[in-house]
Amino acid sequence: MNLSSFLLMRQEIALLLIILLLVIAEIFIPKRRKVSIVHLSVFLFGIHAIVGFFEIDESTLFGGMFRSNNLIHFFKNVLNIGVLILLLQSADWIEEKIVNQNKGSEFFILLFSSLLGIYFMISAGDFLMFYLGLELSTLPVTALAAYETMKRISSESGIKLILSSALASGVSLFGISMLYATTGSIYFSEIVQALTSTNLTLLGMVLLFAGISFKISLVPFHFWTADVYEGAPISIASYLSVISKGAAVFILMIILFTVLKPLAPIWENMIYTIAIATMFIGNLFALRQQNMKRFLAFSSIAQAGFILLGLIEGSQLGTATVVYFVLIYIFSNLAAFGVVQAISLQTGKERIKDYEGLYRTNPNLSLVLMLALFSLAGIPPVAGFFGKFFLFTAAASKGFFLLVFLAVVNVTISLYYYLLVVRAMFLRKGDNPIPFFRNKVYMRIGLVITVLGILLLGIYSPLYDYIYDLSSALN
Amino acid sequence: MNLNLVILIPLIPLLVFLVLGLFYKKIKPAVSGYIGVLGLLFSTGLALYTAYRYFIAIGKTEGVYKTIVEKTVWMNFTDSLRIDMGILLDPIAVMMLIVVSVISLMVHIYSRGYMKGDPGYTKYFAFLSLFTFSMYGLVLATNLFQIYIFWELVGVSSYLLIGYYYTKESAVAAAKKAFVVTRFADLGFLIGILIIGYYTGTYDFETLNNPEGNSILNWAATSFMGLSALTWALILIFIGGAGKSAMFPLHIWLPDAMEGPTPVSALIHAATMVVAGVYLVARLFPMYYFIEDGFALNIVAFIGAFTALFAAVIAITQTDIKRVLAFSTMSQLGYMMLALGVSGYDGHDGLGFMSSMFHLFTHAMFKALLFLCAGSVIHAIHSNYLKDMGGLRKYMPITNITFLIAALAIAGVPPLAGFWSKDEILVAAFEHSLFLYVVGLFVAGLTAFYIFRIYFGIFWGKEGNYKEKPHESPGSMTAPLLILALLSIFGGFIPFSEFISPDKSGFETHLNLPLAAVAVFAGLLGIVLSWIFYKKESKLADKFAKGFGAFYTWAYHKFYFDELYLFVTKRILFNGIARGAAKFDKKYVDGTMVGIGNQTVNTSEKIKGIQSGKVQDYAFAFIAGAVVLAIICIYLWLN
Repeated sequence: MNLSSFLLMRQEIALLLIILLLVIAEIFIPKRRKVSIVHLSVFLFGIHAIVGFFEIDESTLFGGMFRSNNLIHFFKNVLNIGVLILLLQSADWIEEKIVNQNKGSEFFILLFSSLLGIYFMISAGDFLMFYLGLELSTLPVTALAAYETMKRISSESGIKLILSSALASGVSLFGISMLYATTGSIYFSEIVQALTSTNLTLLGMVLLFAGISFKISLVPFHFWTADVYEGAPISIASYLSVISKGAAVFILMIILFTVLKPLAPIWENMIYTIAIATMFIGNLFALRQQNMKRFLAFSSIAQAGFILLGLIEGSQLGTATVVYFVLIYIFSNLAAFGVVQAISLQTGKERIKDYEGLYRTNPNLSLVLMLALFSLAGIPPVAGFFGKFFLFTAAASKGFFLLVFLAVVNVTISLYYYLLVVRAMFLRKGDNPIPFFRNKVYMRIGLVITVLGILLLGIYSPLYDYIYDLSSALN
Repeated sequence: MNLNLVILIPLIPLLVFLVLGLFYKKIKPAVSGYIGVLGLLFSTGLALYTAYRYFIAIGKTEGVYKTIVEKTVWMNFTDSLRIDMGILLDPIAVMMLIVVSVISLMVHIYSRGYMKGDPGYTKYFAFLSLFTFSMYGLVLATNLFQIYIFWELVGVSSYLLIGYYYTKESAVAAAKKAFVVTRFADLGFLIGILIIGYYTGTYDFETLNNPEGNSILNWAATSFMGLSALTWALILIFIGGAGKSAMFPLHIWLPDAMEGPTPVSALIHAATMVVAGVYLVARLFPMYYFIEDGFALNIVAFIGAFTALFAAVIAITQTDIKRVLAFSTMSQLGYMMLALGVSGYDGHDGLGFMSSMFHLFTHAMFKALLFLCAGSVIHAIHSNYLKDMGGLRKYMPITNITFLIAALAIAGVPPLAGFWSKDEILVAAFEHSLFLYVVGLFVAGLTAFYIFRIYFGIFWGKEGNYKEKPHESPGSMTAPLLILALLSIFGGFIPFSEFISPDKSGFETHLNLPLAAVAVFAGLLGIVLSWIFYKKESKLADKFAKGFGAFYTWAYHKFYFDELYLFVTKRILFNGIARGAAKFDKKYVDGTMVGIGNQTVNTSEKIKGIQSGKVQDYAFAFIAGAVVLAIICIYLWLN
């Protein structure tokens, strides 16, 4: 082991250093200047995100426990961008509400630790590393969900999240142990050699799948989602619905496409069923929500259902469309959460009804939210359309036309409720509209980046071509 | 041919949209109107120049109009499926360019007067430009994917324009209905595209439409429920087209869409967007014709014929003049679909295709004119309802004359534009099936009847109770009326069959005198009947009677005829069938669609209880879900 092989873990090491730096900063920065921790964190992470774009070799470490390839590296960069936007959108909130409670640095340290866990999880080459990463990514977030300790609902959300995720991680560990029992290995590359479809391996597969599905909030493993999103601070709901979910989709894809490849005919059926259930349940629940955060929770469940249409393809095309969709989804959903965050911070209002007449008082914010919702609904020419269309093409390329049909039915249902919000903002007067306000610089940058993403990612085709090339790595 | 100029045609409205959209606060309303009109003026000029170059300067090579395509690879979607972006010129695309340009330009000019003083003036022009851009994009698309993008974009801009009067609850509801219903139809379109991509490996129109190409020869590869996969794809695509073109039973959004500003109705719901469905079928016509002996084409024909009849009958009963025009549009679109459905491919067999496009062209002119006249009337008396109108010819001479011209054109009176195109459609239908011909002929009569019913109602008869004296609209509004009236008069003399035919080689047409005579007779009969019922009641018959002299005396004095017609039309047709059909439409067709929506919402309400808020329940569901999934996996899917 030498320096160059350690550089394969450059991202992880850099993030760890940032965390340690923040711990030191927390000790040495005097109390009245704690605000500077916010700036420091955003600055450091910004540099980290940019440096991340330098290439990394493709290789493995620790006897195959840790893998690095271009696709994984690209995905880490995608997550970095997402987290950076999230930080920009949360910075004002931390500055105004949290710093004076003297726990500003906690937020960043916990958030970065969770991201570190995600890095390890998606780089995993065996189930031990995967499990460690999974836990490291979940535990700090449960603390963050209960972050606003003054609010009862926030604590409730934290408790619900930790209980549910403990169950989920136990179940997936049980599943892993069954796979180990039947194949005698925890290494991905060895399991795939030894895997046969027996009852025990199938049980193992289902339990493992259930554990990861929990993080993606697929039906019926989704129940925690709405309650936790509603109670948690918006940044954390946003993190759960975008970063954590995206990472879980990615690792599920790696496991299905590489480790469980021999069971493909069976998990295709499973994905098929779960996809239909997830799309319908997510959409039907979203229809009647009054609270923006719960609304976005169910919408994000439905979106996860659509992602499964790419997963079911099971090869390079599926990988490319899923990664592409997740990238676009990150931008769209962050834009939506960003607006909700901005409004909540200024006025404390979170109900859809409160958004009535928003266009007249805050036209720019309502345009951002409209673009975000159009992107989530998949209306051209914004990016979300391309993401969805390609997912459908992936499923259609395997001949799953019924599934595609049901998905498109769901797109229409989802259009209905996304339009409800658009209508509230643009087409209703509202008795008591949210007054005009100006966002601070961080929030504005955050929103502008997401809008650019929504507008340009779909049209800029080399991006997809690039992802498609990278996607051969999985197969 | 240099396509650099052609690409400017859509880009100019896009630029106008961006400028107006980004600087809407800084631009004065009057200036934004000028920017919009000026932009469109350039586009129209370029479109006309393109048409001149394409049809005349370059003309045919080896007897056919070549399809000119310029495209770049936009994305290599998989190793085998490529998606391009570009522009495509062929006869129907060039023809559509002219239609979109001319109508949009007229509507832009007209809107300067009509929307004057409206608080959202700049926004309105921005939306208009966005719509025009999308429509150009749709027309010029080179492949299914590209056309789908613009297809949806057209839907979005139409949504914005219908809901323009956002303070009106009904306008907002209508906008949403239009968007969701057409999206629902687009479901079919999208899946159709995916199926075509799967079986043919290309989205490219040129490849797909090549009669000798593999895509068409290999259609029989797979079948589902007795039809080949590609036939299913075409049927699904037609569903998408039917949604946009308001074919039965996906038409329910169109009458409601009349809530938008009237110039918007003229542009979107008469001349351009609603013909997108017809254009789509025409765009893929060789596929429709060759795959499985044109099975899908028969569906197109019958749906078209039924819609034409159904809508015409309903149009008789409506009292809101814009709704009459909306149903009339539906009916005429049904005509176009019918014509496509009965068309053949080679040479003179392509008469249906040609007449459909011809009718699309002429209909755009006179229907836009009708809408703009209606807008002029509404502008003057601030009401949409016939009961508030009457005797307006004295106050609004230009509107009166131009409306009359348009009405004569749609009624198929020679030598106005509508006569020529409608006649060709009827000839094509006659050559294909007697039944469809009879339906078409009957609709022709009905059309004349309902359009003159509102004509007499608006401009003749007893004067309404006007609070202030109605006055003719300003020049910015009457000028487009006059231009469109000229086009409605002379548009029919264009030798369309020279330019447009399915095989692109053109053919000669001759007037089929007996059939033309029958059609004209049907039209005149409709006019006379409506005259008897709606003009006579006004007791101001004398003046008009001189115009029709002999006809009038004949009809008037043959009292028993009058009674008979009265009985047939008023009792049976009007009260019995038409009312019934209108009710049926309202209650069942509309009701079913709304019902589906409500049911979804109800289900959503019912299952809400599952989300109890208790972690124990969630854990139970989690474990139960995993166990059930495992059991299914092991016992159902393992072998």
